[in-house]
Amino acid sequence: MDQRLIQAAIVVIGVPGVLIGYVVLAERLLGLFEERRRARIRPWIWIAPAVLFLVVFLVYPTFNTIVLSFQDKAGQAFVGLANYEYFFSNSDTLVSLRNTVLWVVLMTLGVVGLGLVIAILVDRVRYESIAKSVIFVPLAISFVAASIIWTFMYQFRAPGSTQTGTLNAVLGLVGLGPEAFIQTAPFNNVFLIIVGIWMWTGFAMVILSAGLKGISTELLEAARVDGANELQVFRGIIFPLLLPTIFVVGTTIVITALKSFDVIYTMTSGNFDTSVIAFQMYKEMFTAGHLGRASAVAIVLLVTIIPFMAHNIRRFREQEAIR
Amino acid sequence: MQRRPTGLRGVVALGAAAMLVAVACGTGTPSGGNKVTVIGTWGGAEQEAFLAMVKPWEEKTGNVVQYTGTRDINAVLTTGVASGILPDLAGLPGPGQMFEWGKSGALKPLDDVLDIETYKAETSPAFVDLGTVDGKIVGVFIKSALKGLIWYNPGDYTGGAPASWDDVMSTSTGGAEALWCVGIESGAASGWPGTDWIEDFVLRQSGPDVYDAWVAGTHAWASPEIKSAFEGFGEVLDASYGGADTVVSTNFGDGANPLFTDPPGCVFHHQASFITSFFKDQGGAADGDFDFFPMPDINPAYAGAFTGAGDLFGMFNDKPAARDLLKYLVTAEAQQIWVSIGGALSGNTKVTDYPDDVSKRSAEILGSAKIFRFDGGDLMPTALQSAFFGAIVEFAQDQSKLDEILAGLDEASTAARGG
Repeated sequence: MDQRLIQAAIVVIGVPGVLIGYVVLAERLLGLFEERRRARIRPWIWIAPAVLFLVVFLVYPTFNTIVLSFQDKAGQAFVGLANYEYFFSNSDTLVSLRNTVLWVVLMTLGVVGLGLVIAILVDRVRYESIAKSVIFVPLAISFVAASIIWTFMYQFRAPGSTQTGTLNAVLGLVGLGPEAFIQTAPFNNVFLIIVGIWMWTGFAMVILSAGLKGISTELLEAARVDGANELQVFRGIIFPLLLPTIFVVGTTIVITALKSFDVIYTMTSGNFDTSVIAFQMYKEMFTAGHLGRASAVAIVLLVTIIPFMAHNIRRFREQEAIR
Repeated sequence: MQRRPTGLRGVVALGAAAMLVAVACGTGTPSGGNKVTVIGTWGGAEQEAFLAMVKPWEEKTGNVVQYTGTRDINAVLTTGVASGILPDLAGLPGPGQMFEWGKSGALKPLDDVLDIETYKAETSPAFVDLGTVDGKIVGVFIKSALKGLIWYNPGDYTGGAPASWDDVMSTSTGGAEALWCVGIESGAASGWPGTDWIEDFVLRQSGPDVYDAWVAGTHAWASPEIKSAFEGFGEVLDASYGGADTVVSTNFGDGANPLFTDPPGCVFHHQASFITSFFKDQGGAADGDFDFFPMPDINPAYAGAFTGAGDLFGMFNDKPAARDLLKYLVTAEAQQIWVSIGGALSGNTKVTDYPDDVSKRSAEILGSAKIFRFDGGDLMPTALQSAFFGAIVEFAQDQSKLDEILAGLDEASTAARGG
């Protein structure tokens, strides 16, 4: 039989087997203790595998990365803060830092803003579910596929020849262009960010739309009866009530933007001043083979993301408390 | 994964590892032969050619070659070397990376794998040297390419081979829009066609000694010699079809397409011998629509100088079947197969039966070159090569930044060499 079939069989039969074995064994073990203690021990036994996985796959690598970030290229000798010094003095990484800030600001504003507008607009039409589905679809496409789609959108051909890129073909129809969208710094960053916005607007729209449905219609009706116009209703009621949801969506997008990599890798490979921190990390790791610098970049990224995550978790807890 | 900042590296590593596991798993096959796992950069037509090359071996031995092609071979093999999960044989990203893995012992020495006498007798000494680390052979060449060829459409240009570089540059554009076609886009390796230009200029302007010192990192990028090479390339860019935006946004495979349009967009295109298959597939050219002359000498003191490259192959797992396959791959019999399919020159001097005039003449030039140097960028540390690629893109967009770019490359060179 094919080796792979045997492996598949082992996985299919073995994994549930191990799980059942763990359950049986854990209960046996608990039987050894007196009734009163069992209740206290049981949660720990059930949570142990998850904790073990977390330690092996998350806690340990994180600490290892921190240690590596203070070490040299091969991870052998300590070099102090040299890797961080490099990160904040090298012109390439500084450009990538600037671009990451651009991604975070523009992508978050774009995604949340557009998502909110669309959520409110589709709330008022009959074909809401169709409209929402269409806008949500890009999120189902992989980043790489989306980048390739947009590469064709932005494609540039020599002036005078047939423009194969959609946007340049349209520009040509009205007698403009061609524009080298993704080759001309600094606005090429904006064109790349548009790809991110295109992909994630659907996500923001769905969450915000759900939040919108949660707002009591009586409240809205009351405001309208009292003579408030739609803008006043939005400013005075919808926006404040939606604010917690907006924050949750916003932080999610901030984190996504901080980690953006695929679009840049696929569309420009970091050329034309479009590199971002995550791309810089990839470059340090896989082209330069510099463990120390790559780890330092990872830690910078981690430290930047932590406040946003902490904020997100706090919000989440508050909401849970209200419920 | 969603919220882990280190997730990205994990995903890349995981993907790479999964790929390696996929090819490294399983040694038994139904026929009872052994499986040899191979990773290379070849896809499409090149992958087919490689598979055709190993087919007779599979039929003879009953063994099976399981080939996986990836463009990101550097990441795959770097992760593999770190984790120990590696294919049996692999195409190597370049001599620089081979040198590191040869030193660390990840690549197995091939001296007792190959029939060393025959290998040395049949392979040009430059290639034998390039595959040797610390006196041991760890890399062999599956195929090779001659660089520095200038292509033209005989229907538009009939001037024959110009005697000097100045003659090339002062050629009348005739009905064409520009003198040169240049395209340097190539995904993560964007810029590499420009590095070939620089290398050809350095070797022809300043000779092999400067070239070697520059590649080895002892001759500064900011020196007048290297700067002059960039300036030479700059003049070509100034006379190129569509201008800077076209140069940086055109894929190298599409670069020569304007040679074959009516009216033509350009007169000349500079590229290695492998490019002919792209002329046919991307440019719609037929045999006879293209011809070449070698890039002329610039400094007469270094007449007959050429650059070239090749696809290196090494062994990571010492298994009998892998040994046997490697031994087979360097033979004239095996290399003749790829050569006959087209698009490749052999590293084996016994291979003489070339299918067309272009490859036959390329092979002759390769065999008779007075000065031959391997692609300099491929010999540099990977990090520096990558910076070189990026520098070409930057230079093509804005030539006024040259001094700044060269200073940056000197920094990158020091950093990449552990300074």
